[in-house]
Amino acid sequence: MSAAEPSGSGVPPLQSGDLNIDHVANLARLALTPAEMQKFSEQLGDVLKHIAELKEVDVSAVEPTAHAYPVVNVWAADVAAASLPVSAALRNAPAQRDNMIAVPKVVE
Amino acid sequence: MAEPLYYRSIAELATGLAVREFSSEELTRTVIARTEDLEPQVQAFNSRDQEYALNQAREADERHRRGIAASPLDGVPIGLKDVIAVQDQPLTASSRMLANFVSPYDSTTTVRLKQAGAVLWGRLNLDEFAMGSSTENSGSRRAGQPWQTRNPWDLSRVPGGSSGGSAASVACGEVIASLGSDTGGSIRQPAALCGIVGMKPTYGLVSRYGLIAFASSLDQIGPFARSVEDAAILLGAIAGHDPLDSTSVDAPKVDYRAELKRQRGPWKLGVAKEYFSEGLGREVGDAVSRAIDYYRSIGCEIREVSLPHTKYAVGVYYIIATAECSSNLARYDGVRYGHRANDAESVLDLYFRSRAEGFGDEVKRRIILGTYVLSSGYYDAYYLRAQKVRTLMRDDFVNAFQEVDAIITPTSPTVAFKRGATASPLEMYLNDIYTIGANLAGLPAISLPCGLDREHGLPIGLQIIGPAFQEARLLSIANAYEQGHDWNRRRPGGVPA
Amino acid sequence: MSTTRYEAVIGLEVHVQVKTASKMFSRSATGYGAPVNSLTDPVVLALPGVLPVLNRAAIELTVKAGLLLGCRIAPRCKWDRKNYFYPDSPKNYQISQYDQPLCLGGSVEIELPGSARNVMGEHKSIPLTRIHLEEDVGKLNHGSFDSLIDYNRAGTPLMEIVSEPALQTADEAFAYLTALKTIMVYGGISDCDMEKGQLRCDANVSIRPVGDPNLGTKVELKNLNSISFVRDGIAHEIKRQIGVVTAGGTIVQETRDYDGQTGQSQSLRSKEQAHDYRYFPDPDLMPVEVDAAWKARIQATCPELPFDKQRRFQSEYGIPYTLTSVLVPDRALSDFFEEAAKAGAKAQAVGNWIANDLLRELGAAKRDLAHSKIRPAHIAGLVKLIDADTLTQQTAREVFAEMFASGETPDAVVARKGLRADQPPAELEQWCRDAIAADARSLADFKSGKDSAINAFKGPVMKAAKGRANPKLVDETLRRILATL
Ligand SMILES: [Mg+2]
Ligand SMILES: [Zn+2]
Repeated sequence: MSAAEPSGSGVPPLQSGDLNIDHVANLARLALTPAEMQKFSEQLGDVLKHIAELKEVDVSAVEPTAHAYPVVNVWAADVAAASLPVSAALRNAPAQRDNMIAVPKVVE
Repeated sequence: MAEPLYYRSIAELATGLAVREFSSEELTRTVIARTEDLEPQVQAFNSRDQEYALNQAREADERHRRGIAASPLDGVPIGLKDVIAVQDQPLTASSRMLANFVSPYDSTTTVRLKQAGAVLWGRLNLDEFAMGSSTENSGSRRAGQPWQTRNPWDLSRVPGGSSGGSAASVACGEVIASLGSDTGGSIRQPAALCGIVGMKPTYGLVSRYGLIAFASSLDQIGPFARSVEDAAILLGAIAGHDPLDSTSVDAPKVDYRAELKRQRGPWKLGVAKEYFSEGLGREVGDAVSRAIDYYRSIGCEIREVSLPHTKYAVGVYYIIATAECSSNLARYDGVRYGHRANDAESVLDLYFRSRAEGFGDEVKRRIILGTYVLSSGYYDAYYLRAQKVRTLMRDDFVNAFQEVDAIITPTSPTVAFKRGATASPLEMYLNDIYTIGANLAGLPAISLPCGLDREHGLPIGLQIIGPAFQEARLLSIANAYEQGHDWNRRRPGGVPA
Repeated sequence: MSTTRYEAVIGLEVHVQVKTASKMFSRSATGYGAPVNSLTDPVVLALPGVLPVLNRAAIELTVKAGLLLGCRIAPRCKWDRKNYFYPDSPKNYQISQYDQPLCLGGSVEIELPGSARNVMGEHKSIPLTRIHLEEDVGKLNHGSFDSLIDYNRAGTPLMEIVSEPALQTADEAFAYLTALKTIMVYGGISDCDMEKGQLRCDANVSIRPVGDPNLGTKVELKNLNSISFVRDGIAHEIKRQIGVVTAGGTIVQETRDYDGQTGQSQSLRSKEQAHDYRYFPDPDLMPVEVDAAWKARIQATCPELPFDKQRRFQSEYGIPYTLTSVLVPDRALSDFFEEAAKAGAKAQAVGNWIANDLLRELGAAKRDLAHSKIRPAHIAGLVKLIDADTLTQQTAREVFAEMFASGETPDAVVARKGLRADQPPAELEQWCRDAIAADARSLADFKSGKDSAINAFKGPVMKAAKGRANPKLVDETLRRILATL
């Protein structure tokens, strides 16, 4: 497993037709109606067509920019600070029981 | 100067408070009254807490009485875009998802404003999660009706976005100044459309801790004000290294207000042809040309520069910003806080329906696009490639700044457009073409009013982009223009004076 | 009927909680057993607007782990987001390291069981792929109709130590975890208490015909929550796979859950349901660079590895394998031994007193070594006194008991209680005379040339001396008196 998985020898898959909105919405945990899927597919298809212009650019010798102003070793000393009071931690909880967040039973 | 208190500058108000011409409580009550008068039309505020503001005002008065005012902002009402956390106050991002969320903590910017003595007046409307250019994507509701901020120059038009509430409220005197956030132009474009000054600082100058993230590598908090000097004062209060934000830069502290008087040019200013392309409205183009002529007339050298990768900016931006947003917004899942769908049968069902119900269309579109560009098999083609083109765009700016001190461009291709004028998402995205570059390159950029269009009398914005951490220079260049014009003293005609 | 023989190929992914005071990306305290949701802050809960800040100590301890395991320390590493939705994950992404981990390569030396308890087993080196640093998730508590989430554990620094698929048996996996755990505890990197979830293990298991160079389809075993369960789960899985294949079936790539209580496993998800984690560099965090100077400073804090120490103890102190295998796995105990041995006392005796008497008494008193009133100098002094015949085995035990209770030095105990066997009490002469006088038959035997008859007098003398007489002196005194009779 490598982050920079080779994209294959062929043309990079920069085609709007590749957008499988059902699959992607599932990854994003978004329930979409069939009408929304249709609408978003068309709208994002246009955007992806525009984005496909990036294919023109020769980036073979270019490093990616992850941070506008890269510095390294930004960290803090390991000194514990005060925690949130439990009441503050749970203040916005939609459902709670026994000082814990409650969700429908998870079965893995 | 007979302007009402709510239209005065921070500098003027600071003097008035210091000599006890009026109290912060009087000032705050005036601003509150102005807000109550205009809000039914302008709809800039998501929420406001009079008691909270008045308490802060009385504390400020106490400091003024004892001669220990903390800063020029001490006792001055400032509004915050509703993505900046204030402890024990609502924080909604104009999303149904966070309609009932109350923040248990302060953003670093909030802490700094409190230390400066500012009176925090209200939480200002925006496009949901800062995604949009018109504030029409707001999910805010009043009595079940959409709460959509109007442009005080013409209530049938948008204030721009995403920080539409922050811009509109400053333009019409509901606050003295405000903070917004800018990911692809969300401060500068609404500032331009509302006829005020708005600035996006260098990435890393202002802490993002406590700013609801849209696209982490692009987001910056910045000021809205009715003068360059006020923007300088507000920027000075919020800039500076923050150990809670690992991307915050440990740069030397600068007194931006003092620098305005010190830096007088003349400057070498660049004009990039890529920023005067098709799609630029004629009125806007003419106003910017006149501004360029003005700079030439005060001794500045104008040079043509090239930013050849500008045409890819929108594509790069919508890959990087949506990828980051798809991950940043994963936390809004209905589990620990925020909207939770009723009667979920399982955690999966809870996720799917809470997010479907909690997010509006624009947010969903961007989450889907961002999820797609990161998904297995597409990372290299989209995200990695976009990060590389981003490098080329940064290099374009680096090269240009070998030649010039700053670059002058229009802020937005057009003046404020009509509310509800249906544009496709792509058309909307292409409107950001002039502002996105500074975000992708992490550079400071300011928009200031440079005219009114002849047909509708709507404001036009001039953008100045500078090298990293040259905010003082940008402010000085903007100030030089402002000193020779009165656009920033024009008040919007869509609301009572 | 031909019977194919199969061999297993096993790789282990071990998660180890790094022992820090605060969390990986915020300064909320870490800890086990605190009231639920009392160890959180806005960052841990992923409230809107928060940002992560690296914990320097977690990085340092992971570098230390890497150095102890012979890894290459990456000069530069970065942080990535691993995106997946799960209710124990507050952000719905985990900050981890994808393609640029902190440590690369390295190995773990393991010892397989010997032919007998006192015989050293075979040693092997198991190669590592990498070690990276990430954050732990919260804990789900399952009720009958809902699940409850406690975020105390969320954000705790977590090292993931990934081995090459180089283990062949369940016993090797057991030995690997034992060795790894000892090293982590030695280095002060983690307490590795599996009951507290400080060490957790997933195993990738496949089989192939013996001699086949290709790897078979691997099955991931999850939730192996004790070292014994790891061994049992892997053994069970190997048997299951061989059973499937010999019955003509094929192994499917899947994740299985092994239940240590029932000894059964069941499928959790198949390859088709595998996650798409959408890794990308975390824009909120900056890369980390470990330069030579920093690495050297950390190296200076690295202790000797347990197996190296065990070999050294055998050669340097001449103590047997069995004794080293008691002393060495506990770093404090081995240091205790070495300090006592270095004080000039006989190492074997020192080791025996520690491994037998001290451990037994500490166990009975439910006290740990750090709270022992007996310090290394006490043991060294005690052994020296025995060696000099100042103490007998019996008086030495008495001195030990006094020291254990009060922390008095052996010399002080001996002086206070008059236990010096080499300076006989004035009564010794009289006790000997009394003993001889009381046993005419043994006297006669002795006089008739039966030398061993002298031993019959020693018991009564020792009894009169309450055990505090030096046996050599008793013998000399008896012989001197007998010679005059
Ligand atoms: Mg793993
Ligand atoms: Zn892991």
